[in-house]
Amino acid sequence: MTTEVSVDTSQMDAGRHADGDAPRRIRMRVAGLVIAAVLLVLAAIASLAIGNRAIDPVTVLTALAAYDDSNPLHLMVQQLRLPRTLLGIVVGAALAVCGALIQAFTRNPLADPGILGVNAGASFTVTFAVAVLGLNTPGAYVPFALLGAFVLTLLVYALGSLGTSGATPMKLTLAGVALGAAFTGFTTAIVLQNRSTFDVMRFWGVGSIGGRSLDQLTWAAPLIVVGLLIGLLCARSLNALALGDDLAHSLGVRVGVVRILVIVSVTLLAGTSVAAAGPIAFVGIMIPHVVRWFTGPDQRWVLAYSILVGPTFLLLADVLGRIALPNGELRVGIITGLLGAPVLVALVRRKKVSGL
Amino acid sequence: MSIDERSVESTVESTVESTVDFGRRHWRIDTARVSTLIPVRSVLVCAALVVVIIVAGLASMTIGAYDVNFAAVLGAVFDPSSDPDVRQVVLEWRLPRVLFAVLCGAALALAGGIFQSLTRNPLGSPDIIGFGVGAQFGVTLMMIVFELNTYMFKAIGALVGGLFTALLVYALANSKTMSSFRLIIVGIGVSAGLGSLTSWILISVSLEKAMMAATWGAGSIASLGFDQLLPAAIVFAVVLVGSLPLNRTLPVLEMGDDAATALGISPGRTRLAAMVFGVALVALVTAAAGPISFIALAAPQISQRLTRSNTPMGTAPVMLTGAALVVVSDAVAQLVGVPVGVVTVSVGGLYLAWLLAAQYARRA
Repeated sequence: MTTEVSVDTSQMDAGRHADGDAPRRIRMRVAGLVIAAVLLVLAAIASLAIGNRAIDPVTVLTALAAYDDSNPLHLMVQQLRLPRTLLGIVVGAALAVCGALIQAFTRNPLADPGILGVNAGASFTVTFAVAVLGLNTPGAYVPFALLGAFVLTLLVYALGSLGTSGATPMKLTLAGVALGAAFTGFTTAIVLQNRSTFDVMRFWGVGSIGGRSLDQLTWAAPLIVVGLLIGLLCARSLNALALGDDLAHSLGVRVGVVRILVIVSVTLLAGTSVAAAGPIAFVGIMIPHVVRWFTGPDQRWVLAYSILVGPTFLLLADVLGRIALPNGELRVGIITGLLGAPVLVALVRRKKVSGL
Repeated sequence: MSIDERSVESTVESTVESTVDFGRRHWRIDTARVSTLIPVRSVLVCAALVVVIIVAGLASMTIGAYDVNFAAVLGAVFDPSSDPDVRQVVLEWRLPRVLFAVLCGAALALAGGIFQSLTRNPLGSPDIIGFGVGAQFGVTLMMIVFELNTYMFKAIGALVGGLFTALLVYALANSKTMSSFRLIIVGIGVSAGLGSLTSWILISVSLEKAMMAATWGAGSIASLGFDQLLPAAIVFAVVLVGSLPLNRTLPVLEMGDDAATALGISPGRTRLAAMVFGVALVALVTAAAGPISFIALAAPQISQRLTRSNTPMGTAPVMLTGAALVVVSDAVAQLVGVPVGVVTVSVGGLYLAWLLAAQYARRA
């Protein structure tokens, strides 16, 4: 904790607060983290309880604590809603942290795996796997999604870093838009070739955490946890990188190593979440922004909060999708797309986006 | 005849009787009524593009279920006494498609040139501001939700959807100053929101309906015949004639409002005319074929590089570049078996990436 204070005050927050209240600020942030955790638990309970058929929270808790397979409500909680909720937690954390990492890494407050074309790359390779290689289990999508995410991350970053001024937000965004459009086109070309592929991909392409089994978690969760850990490892170095490569270097950060680690982490997080849930838009851009209002620019806090706030948002969006229509449900990817569009427009219209 | 953007210099040249050519060779036309300079390079580029269009068009007419080789296509087009079956396949079924490709390409490219010159921004094109996604949403809404499946309603859906989205993006991005970064991000946001709605509609209906809407919404000229070609061509000709003066005025306007006013051009009126004609051209293509993406973005830039001109505006080379792009894309689309819009968006995306790479590398 002591090092944290010194880094904090010596870097971006210098002068914003009087030195005396630094410990108080940390206590506030820890308290905020606890509140975020409580909210996540509440969102998870809501996700287990609310749906086509409402189950009261007491039954939900007993279904988890003392599972009775003769009780249809317990069966519903354990078989349907628990996998869905757990997947929502893992994917939500992955998306939010992935967004925060990309934003810090590119020093672009409006970056997101969707905007930078990473999801388009992952979608393309998954579509290729479905259409050409005939794979149809989400577990088999993983290597393809990872490959697509990795290649697109590298391509966009390489294209956006050409020239002397390095990777500016504008250049990276344009590179992402260009390559994203091209790969979306390739995906459409494959999808429209074949009716059965079109049928699989029109559902997968929307992004959903419903209808998954616990098996899916057994491969998705470890990959995402590794990605999260790598991301957290880079947090301090990213703080230094925000000052520019030269200053970061003189602060003892090995810039090249950090770049590689962040790209690996982004690949793991974006690729796995796309394979498990399909491309879900805007979580990666919204959550870090909201988080930064509370934490300021310190990446360690931004990432820690994102891990808790991302899943809360995704679960609530999913619950909203279940109750929004009188019959049937809206997939969570549609909800985040509809909620995210106005938020993104509002963010870009503000004079100063909450900086990095 | 196209009057080149150097017309200002040409008056200077003629008064001082200078022989300096500013690195560009011109042909000088100097009759009693008409006097203009025609850059030699533009003429050569245009001639080459016409050859490309004709060859690619003929080649694309060999593709299809009924096997016709290149020589037979040539015979069917130029020799009235050749096999009537082949003539029917080539002239009645496949020719309209090629002509539509030429028309769509020319119209989109001209619209792109107008918008890019107007906004002084190579990204000022309908594609960036969500026109395609809006049109796709409009078509999907018409075909599936309202179940209006006739050609006219699909066209109206595409048109209204596209125009409304473009206006929305433009309005949302426009706060005092227009930054292209904001325009792009707002475009992404609105596109993603509408895309969600489109996917929602597509997953809640049967596979057949969804696939039909997706194909039309991607921009296709496969189902078009002479019935649709004639009205489209007439509208295009009218808009083209109306927009010809822009060829001279827009490049002057690029120098700034003050300079343009001093040179006798009304900035307000020119801008309004440019907007109206640009939108009309995009609307025409969208109504006929759905959203064919990225031609409006790429064609003016390619043509500017080919002719080494200093403006994306320039009627003849821009339109020919667009036509060549769509004819070639459509031939590829037929080979792969996808709507032409899918090919143009893939190629256009890669092209944009290359354009950026070249631009950034040059600044290094």
